[in-house]
Amino acid sequence: MMRLEKRPQASRAFSYATPVLAVIATMVFGGALFAVLGKDPLASIMTIFWEPLFGDFAFYYRPQLLVKGAPLVLIAIGLSLGFKAGIWNIGAEGQYIMGALCGAGAGLAFYPAESVFIFPIMVLAGALGGWVWAMIPAVLKVKFGTNEILVSLMLVYVAEQFLASASLGLLKNPEGFGFPGSRNLQQYASAHNGELFAGSGMHWGVVAALIAVIFAYVLLARHRLGFAIRVTGEAPRAARFSGVNPTRLVLFCMGMSGLLAGLAGMFEVAGPAGQITIDFNVGYGFTAIIVAFLGRLHPVGILLAGGLMALTYIGGDIAQSQLGLPAAAIQVFQGMLLFFLLAFDLFTHYRLRLGRTEVA
Amino acid sequence: MTDTPLLALSGLTKAYPGVVANDDVSLRIAPGEVHALLGENGAGKSTLVKMIYGLVKPDSGTMQMHGTSFAPQEPRAARAAGVGMVFQHFSLFDALSVAENIALGMENAPRLRALSKQIRDVSEAYGLPLAPDRIVGDLSAGERQRVEIIRCLLQDPKLLIMDEPTSVLTPQEVEILFKTLRKLSAEGTAILYISHKLEEIRSLCDSATILRLGKVVGHCTPSETTARDMAEMMVGSTLKTPTRAGKTPGAVKLDLRGLSAASPSSFGMPLRDITVQVRAGEILGIGGVAGNGQDELLSALSGELLTAAGMVGFEGQDVGQLGPTARRHLGILTAPEERLGHAAAPDMSLTENAMLTGAVREKLERRGMLNWPAAKRFAERIIADFDVRTPGPGNAARSLSGGNLQKFVIGREVLQRPQVLVVNQPTWGVDASAAASIRQALLDLAENGTAMIVISQDLDELMEISDRFAALNEGRLSEPRPVQGLTVDEIGLMMGGANGMEVAHV
Repeated sequence: MMRLEKRPQASRAFSYATPVLAVIATMVFGGALFAVLGKDPLASIMTIFWEPLFGDFAFYYRPQLLVKGAPLVLIAIGLSLGFKAGIWNIGAEGQYIMGALCGAGAGLAFYPAESVFIFPIMVLAGALGGWVWAMIPAVLKVKFGTNEILVSLMLVYVAEQFLASASLGLLKNPEGFGFPGSRNLQQYASAHNGELFAGSGMHWGVVAALIAVIFAYVLLARHRLGFAIRVTGEAPRAARFSGVNPTRLVLFCMGMSGLLAGLAGMFEVAGPAGQITIDFNVGYGFTAIIVAFLGRLHPVGILLAGGLMALTYIGGDIAQSQLGLPAAAIQVFQGMLLFFLLAFDLFTHYRLRLGRTEVA
Repeated sequence: MTDTPLLALSGLTKAYPGVVANDDVSLRIAPGEVHALLGENGAGKSTLVKMIYGLVKPDSGTMQMHGTSFAPQEPRAARAAGVGMVFQHFSLFDALSVAENIALGMENAPRLRALSKQIRDVSEAYGLPLAPDRIVGDLSAGERQRVEIIRCLLQDPKLLIMDEPTSVLTPQEVEILFKTLRKLSAEGTAILYISHKLEEIRSLCDSATILRLGKVVGHCTPSETTARDMAEMMVGSTLKTPTRAGKTPGAVKLDLRGLSAASPSSFGMPLRDITVQVRAGEILGIGGVAGNGQDELLSALSGELLTAAGMVGFEGQDVGQLGPTARRHLGILTAPEERLGHAAAPDMSLTENAMLTGAVREKLERRGMLNWPAAKRFAERIIADFDVRTPGPGNAARSLSGGNLQKFVIGREVLQRPQVLVVNQPTWGVDASAAASIRQALLDLAENGTAMIVISQDLDELMEISDRFAALNEGRLSEPRPVQGLTVDEIGLMMGGANGMEVAHV
């Protein structure tokens, strides 16, 4: 018989090895899945992991990695702060939408004036939009004890309604021949979040994501607030005893994750996406939850995980178009990654023992 | 005593991963004998009785009952063979009556009316007053224990196992319990009595077996052995008794005036009109049965529970509205009872746990930035000064034994030079030598002018270190009285809440 035994201390080695093991296991089982579907497993895995980085068209795919990875990392960093403290903001997707709406709205309000101040104003508006949207579940939680998981998730659907309404009404392009969607910000120089270096994929959102990683790292490792977040997650009563104010912590963590998600939405709409449309959001806010956990809620881990996730997205697209793999198979593949991560994660705190079970 | 023992254990061994809980333990109990099982926490007492009660199977060794082989597969089999056990923690349903609770634990429960009569008969026969139709939720801890005892007695046991039965009782309730146990013993029921309260064992038990680290290290006749000798057998070394010099209390440091507060937890006890002053250099001991407001009092003093203006004063300043950090600034430090999860974060290192409460006074923080090397030095200082056994400050709090973590938690506060120190159960679950060193540290601190409140359920401890004693009962604090000259009877009355009749409230 096998049984699990709690380790006296969490295994440091295992907490680092878990993501690597999860990726390997995903490759093995994902390869098996592709083989069952009649595709060459090795070629499929190669296409997903190798092609975007070093393939013939890597010059096109590499910038895409930054474009896809940046919002994931930016949102996941914010979420990880709350998750570490046991505060579950599941509605980053909604905060992302509201950030984009506010950011784009602020920019379009000035159209067609040109000024260097317009873009910074849009950044502030985007951050504010996401922050406000996250403060709704936060305030409800601290005032009335509501569950932030449910409220933040439900607000995603409310935000989607706002998005649809804005693209059909308030922000609709007057010169758009009646099609839903706003003006294209890529054609509005003062509001455009363009590439900082041509062909690099590097836009302000990527810079913001890198700053967020460094900020979160310093916060968690060296600052009192980061310590308060970690203690609250480990032992809420001990945190209170040490002087942490739980109300303020909820407001900070929710606000910060909303703010970063709002920024991600704003950089996306002003840059790669270009305009507000009904289907503007593509699930970054939800995928970022996976990224946060895949990165072990550690800022550097999240940076790597965001890159990995972006890779499977882009590689998955290539595999779909080149090898004809069904989209669902790619989604299963990505799901496996989280599944194996959580499964191997068990061994950080437990070890497997072989032997007789005890009735006690 | 007859020649055939009621229960004979020989060579019982039980190993868990990483620890041998019982190693070649042999024991004989005669019918009607009151046999004490002595040992520190982790000595293997619980594992041994669990094997007798069929909860755990021994790896090797045999048990004999009345000379025939006895190997219970489950508690039901043990009960059928005449073994009854009263656990330290009760398993009763609050919403049901006494009779219903007892019926639930029986194999073939009779009709409730018949059962009620049996309960009444047994309770009268053994001097355990208990009405079968009362709701358990309304009973005191002592009465709840009676329910458990009567539940065992209804099965007419040959051997009754009692695991630390007096930890929840007032001295008067202990006296009633002992009368019952002596009567049972006179009728031929053997009792296996687990405790580490040595004076109790000396007055009650016929013989004692002492366990240390899973092995039998000695037998003795408690009435002929001093408590000190028994304690030294348990610990395996000579004990240092804490010493104190005479001293005169200084100015009033802590001033509680009509402190009242609702409990933050729904099952807690509200604090009711607590008024007391503690002077510099003085130790106020607060006793009382667990759950009478001890946790709430500590929270109200640590700043976790904020109170209305004017209720908590420190050196003439009103601090009732200040949080834990602000109070630490002033020098009001506390050490809660629950070590893991309250006083310390279990999965965090000792360095991080040193930061937890030391940040303010040890200056481990500058403008919000944490100084980890300084925190590590502080943790190392606690480890060295308080003899905390651990490989180093990088180890998780959870990996320390209870006693070592307790030394760390107390040491962390003591080293911060508190003006006021409040500790709850400072030596709970700590071995005797560590307990002695913790008490000595508290006495030394008081010597240097700290005003101290020690909350404890161990009356011997309170008598040993406090200057004045008061008891918490249902959230009210009795009038504090000097410890010198205080009798056990008076303490019992203070704990039982009858003190209002004896001592006038201010």
